[in-house]
Amino acid sequence: MAKYFVKRVVQVIPTLLFVLVTVFLIMKMIPGDPAMVLLGPEARAEDVARFRSQLGLDKPVPVQFFLYLKSVLSGNLGRSLIYKQDVLSLIIERFPTTLVLSVSALFIAVVIGIPFGILAATKHNTITDLIITTLALIGISIPIFWFGMMLIILFSLKLGWLPAVGLGSIRNGLWDVVSHLILPSLALGLLSIGTIARFTRSSMLEVLRQDYIRTARAKGLKKPLVLYRHALRNALIPVITVIGLQLGNLLAGAVLTETVFALPGLGKLMVDGIFRRDYLLVQGEVLFIAVLYIFVNLLVDITYAFVNPRIRQSYRGV
Amino acid sequence: MKVKLFKSRFFRSKQIVAGMLIVLVNVFMALFAPLISTYSVDDMDFLNIFAHPGEGGHILGSDDYGRDIYSRLVYGSRISLLVGVVAVGIGLIFGSVVGVISGYFGGFVDSLIMRIMDALLSFPYVLLAIAMMAVLGAGLFNAMLAIGIVMIPSFSRVVRSAVINVKNEEFITAARSMGASHMWIIFQHVVPNIFPVLIIYASLNFAGAVISEATLSFLGLGIQPPTPSWGSMLAEAKNYLQTAPHMAIFPGVAILITCLGFNLLGDGLRDILDPRMRS
Repeated sequence: MAKYFVKRVVQVIPTLLFVLVTVFLIMKMIPGDPAMVLLGPEARAEDVARFRSQLGLDKPVPVQFFLYLKSVLSGNLGRSLIYKQDVLSLIIERFPTTLVLSVSALFIAVVIGIPFGILAATKHNTITDLIITTLALIGISIPIFWFGMMLIILFSLKLGWLPAVGLGSIRNGLWDVVSHLILPSLALGLLSIGTIARFTRSSMLEVLRQDYIRTARAKGLKKPLVLYRHALRNALIPVITVIGLQLGNLLAGAVLTETVFALPGLGKLMVDGIFRRDYLLVQGEVLFIAVLYIFVNLLVDITYAFVNPRIRQSYRGV
Repeated sequence: MKVKLFKSRFFRSKQIVAGMLIVLVNVFMALFAPLISTYSVDDMDFLNIFAHPGEGGHILGSDDYGRDIYSRLVYGSRISLLVGVVAVGIGLIFGSVVGVISGYFGGFVDSLIMRIMDALLSFPYVLLAIAMMAVLGAGLFNAMLAIGIVMIPSFSRVVRSAVINVKNEEFITAARSMGASHMWIIFQHVVPNIFPVLIIYASLNFAGAVISEATLSFLGLGIQPPTPSWGSMLAEAKNYLQTAPHMAIFPGVAILITCLGFNLLGDGLRDILDPRMRS
């Protein structure tokens, strides 16, 4: 187990390096003089020149990359043009909103997706199965921002049950916070509900086909017992991977949900940054989310190895 | 698979037929947009601003400029299909080239390419497209390019594993032993064998491309107004959810149905073409 852990952690290093190269290169694609773009149109010529040499833009590209690497490793992602603030501290300020949104969306997706997946698998080839698989397919075909708008129209504007936009305040009680979160989490979670339900279903079907399930049934064990004790435990192992991958996608999907529901998270920060050409802010955010995504994946892989005896076994005594 | 067998399975699968029907309706709409639309996309009917569906001769209502939503939806299908075809084309062609090279030759080249692809896959899909649009600037061409590039890594992975499966088949060894060149083997044996996988994946990715275009346009990074794209129509509708909910409802339904069509088709094809992936 320890060996697997070390191997998997070491594997992350080249990936992180490539991600840094990619983010660096994407910013190299900005047309025109980056110093001028970064400082904005009002900047004086001498400031631009000084900024150029500060950024190391007068040096060859590989050197520039190492300078970039050095500053990133020391936690310096640059200063935001619009907020006149350190990019990293801005990100850390806004991150909790995005995290809470993503985690509650994931929670909704798991709580709804897994039971429906199991139900569809146990009722394989019946009308129930057909309805669930069709709904799941519709779920992955819906643009999340549109679903968010539909939720606002129905539950806020027509029925008046839940607030449409903004973040609640804990000072107004817990319900204020929760009620502001329900619609955005549901909108964001929809995509993952479909994915998780589909995956649970096929994983469950795969397991139900195994010999040991037939053996368990043959020796007279009751169906629910076989289903939940034998089948479900094994079927859910691969589902963990999918759930973990979903968290990464949800963090990115939050960009859209936050735009629709006017939530002050990372996504909103990024969209504002793009429109006001705050490239260092955008660069910092892209890097932050990508790195987060990599670490979530790492965590998922390790958890997976931990619960899956086959992987644990293959690294024992190696 | 034999053509006859494929045909019979193709038409027996309700999923595929339903998906195919939706796709064909879309293509029909895009091709004959001038004939089936009731207004021109820029006609502003100032007497009927925010007309509700059915009012003032607007089947699906009108928007904040009094433009006919039904006609704009019909023309919008052109943008969706164009983005889908070009973006999936970019992803498919470049992804296949990379995947075939990586899978067929293996070794150091394979490890290097796959590390790079893994790094690209470690960006959430939407995020990478958004970041590219931020740099490239908004517009139809850039949107197609960004969505296409973002698809390359996943295409290359799928193609690579398909190639590796084929590579170890006996007929490839036989061809090698008869002195066939790599190029000949790749084009004669490898490519035809990975074709089913490519079709399935292209169809599923088409849905992804349509949603991505809508997403970028919704954020204001993709197709710019007044060009009628489903995403940009939704971006405008966002400001009138209270007064004109129909502005938001119909473009989304169009996206939903289109994506559902391509997903049904892709899922169905996977069931009949690739028994290993069958669930």
